[in-house]
Amino acid sequence: MNQYLRNLTAEQQVSALFIIVFGLLFVTHVTVFMLSLRERGDTPQAEVVNARLAEARALLRTSWAMVIVFWVGWASGEGVATTLFAIVAFFALREFITLSPTRRGDHRSLVLAFFVVLPIQFWLVATAHFDLFTVFIPVYVFLAIPVVSALADDPQRFLERNAKLQWGIMVCVYGMSHVPALLLLQFPEMGKQGAFPGVLPGVCGADRHAGSASGQPPLAPAPQAPNVSQSFNWTSWSIGVAAGSLLGGLLSGITPFKPGQAMAMALIACVAGSMGHLVMKALKRDRGVPNWGAQGHSVTGASGLLDRVDALCFAAPVFFHSVRWYFGPVPSVKLVIVRYEY
Amino acid sequence: MRAKLMSLFLLGLIRVLTGAQARWHGCPPKAEQRIYFANHQSHADLVMIWAALPHELRGITRPIAAKDYWTKTPFKQWITTAVFNAVYVERERTGDEDPLQPLFDALEHGDSLIIFPEGTRGNAEEPQPFKAGLYNLTCKFPEVVLVPAWINNVQRVMPKGEVVPVPILCSVTFGAPIRLEPGEERRAFLDRARLAVLALRDVWAAP
Repeated sequence: MNQYLRNLTAEQQVSALFIIVFGLLFVTHVTVFMLSLRERGDTPQAEVVNARLAEARALLRTSWAMVIVFWVGWASGEGVATTLFAIVAFFALREFITLSPTRRGDHRSLVLAFFVVLPIQFWLVATAHFDLFTVFIPVYVFLAIPVVSALADDPQRFLERNAKLQWGIMVCVYGMSHVPALLLLQFPEMGKQGAFPGVLPGVCGADRHAGSASGQPPLAPAPQAPNVSQSFNWTSWSIGVAAGSLLGGLLSGITPFKPGQAMAMALIACVAGSMGHLVMKALKRDRGVPNWGAQGHSVTGASGLLDRVDALCFAAPVFFHSVRWYFGPVPSVKLVIVRYEY
Repeated sequence: MRAKLMSLFLLGLIRVLTGAQARWHGCPPKAEQRIYFANHQSHADLVMIWAALPHELRGITRPIAAKDYWTKTPFKQWITTAVFNAVYVERERTGDEDPLQPLFDALEHGDSLIIFPEGTRGNAEEPQPFKAGLYNLTCKFPEVVLVPAWINNVQRVMPKGEVVPVPILCSVTFGAPIRLEPGEERRAFLDRARLAVLALRDVWAAP
C-alpha cells in the first residue's frame, strides 16, 4: 500500500489524500447525523448527549471549513493560496482587535498592522523569502508597533494595549502566514509540492474528534482547567493526540517523511494545535464571550472565523519550523550557496 | 450609474471593514415612515447605519447632512446627493427660515430620516445632550415612528481627525420605538430619547 502510494506522482498523492480526508469527514458526519436521529426522551442524561452531539457538529463544520480552504488553496496554486490565507488572516485579526480595547492613540498602529504588516508578511511568503519572513514580525514589527503608539502620545495602559496588538499580529498574521509557507517548502525527494500541508489540518481536526469522542460522559474525567474549558482533560487529550499521530503515521506514504518521522510531525502538529486552541479559549473567557466574531452571536448563531482557525495559527509555525530545522529544505540551502558565491 | 457603483463600493468597503451588522432588537425592519436617531461619533456613522439597513429600506431612508460641510466641494455634494440622497440642513439659523424646513418637506414627502440629535460628533463615552430638532419633528409629525439606534465601535474605525479607517467589527442596534407622551416637556422628552439610545449600548452583552 505504502509502496503503491509512493509510486504515484505528487499530484496524484495529494488528490488521494483529499479524497481520503473528505471521505473520513463524510463518514463522521453521517454517523453524527444518525446518532442525532435517535429518540432519547427528556432525561438529563439525554440532554448531555444532545449537547455533546451539537458540539461534535460544530467541530465537524470547523473541519469541513478548514479542509475545504486547504483544498481550494492547493487546487488553485500557490499565489491564490497565499492570497486566500491573507484574507483569512485579515478577518481573523479584525475579530481579534474588535475584542481588545484600543484607544484613539492606537489608530496608526492598527493601520500599520492591517495595511502594511499583513500585506508585507504574505508578500514575503509568496516570494519565498523564508529567512526574512520568519523574523519580520518578531523582530522588526515588534519594535515598530510600540514606536508608532508612543508617538501618538497616550501613555495610558500602554503596555497592555501594545501587548494585545502584538499578540493579535503574532497569532493572526504570523501564525496564519505559515500555512501558505508550508505549501512553498520544497523537499529534495519530492516533486514540486509536498502533500504534507494537507495532513496538518487533517490531523489537527482528527485529534479533536477522537478527543471529543472519548470524552463521552461515562469516560470523561474532571476537566483540567474548568474555568477555561469545560471539555479539556488530559485523558481525552492524550487519546486525541495519539489518534492524530497514528493517522499521521499511516499517511506517511503521501508525505515526504518516513512513517516514524510522519508520526512525530503529526504529534507536534496535534500538540501545538490543541494547546493553541486551549489558549484561545482562555482569551475568550477573559473577554467574556463564547466565540470570536460578531458580537451578536446569540442573534445570528454564527461563530467567528478565528474559532475555526485558531488551532492552525499555533500549529502551523511550530510545524513549519520543526520541518525546516530538521530537514533543512531546499530554499534555505539555495540561499546559503548564493551567499557564498558573492 | 456612477452613483450606483459608488454605493456598491461603499457598501463593500464598509462590510469588509466593519461587518455592518444590523441587530433589530426592539422592532423589525419595516417599510413604515420612521425617524432613526442615533449616537454620533464619526463620519462613518452615516454610512454605517445606511449600510446596516436592508436594501429595500435604504432607498426610502434619507440621512441628514450639514449643508456647510457637505456642499463644500463638488465631490462631497455629489456623494451626499447622488449616493445617500441626503437632506441638507443649516447648522446656524440664517434669516427667517426655520432650519428644520427641509426635514419637514422630506417627512411630508413620505421619506424616512436618519438623524444624529447630538448635532455634532462627540468623542466621549456617552452621547451629549440631544438638541431640540427631534422634539420639533415629532411635534409636527406625531405619526412618524421614532426608532432609537446605537452605533457600536465606529469611533474606533475612524476617530475624529483620522483619514484611514481600520477594520473593526461594528454593529447597529435598533431599539423599541418611543413616542412623545401627552403633555411631556421638551427637555424631559429629549433626555428620555437619549437614554433610549444609551440603553441599547449594553444590549449585546446580555446572553
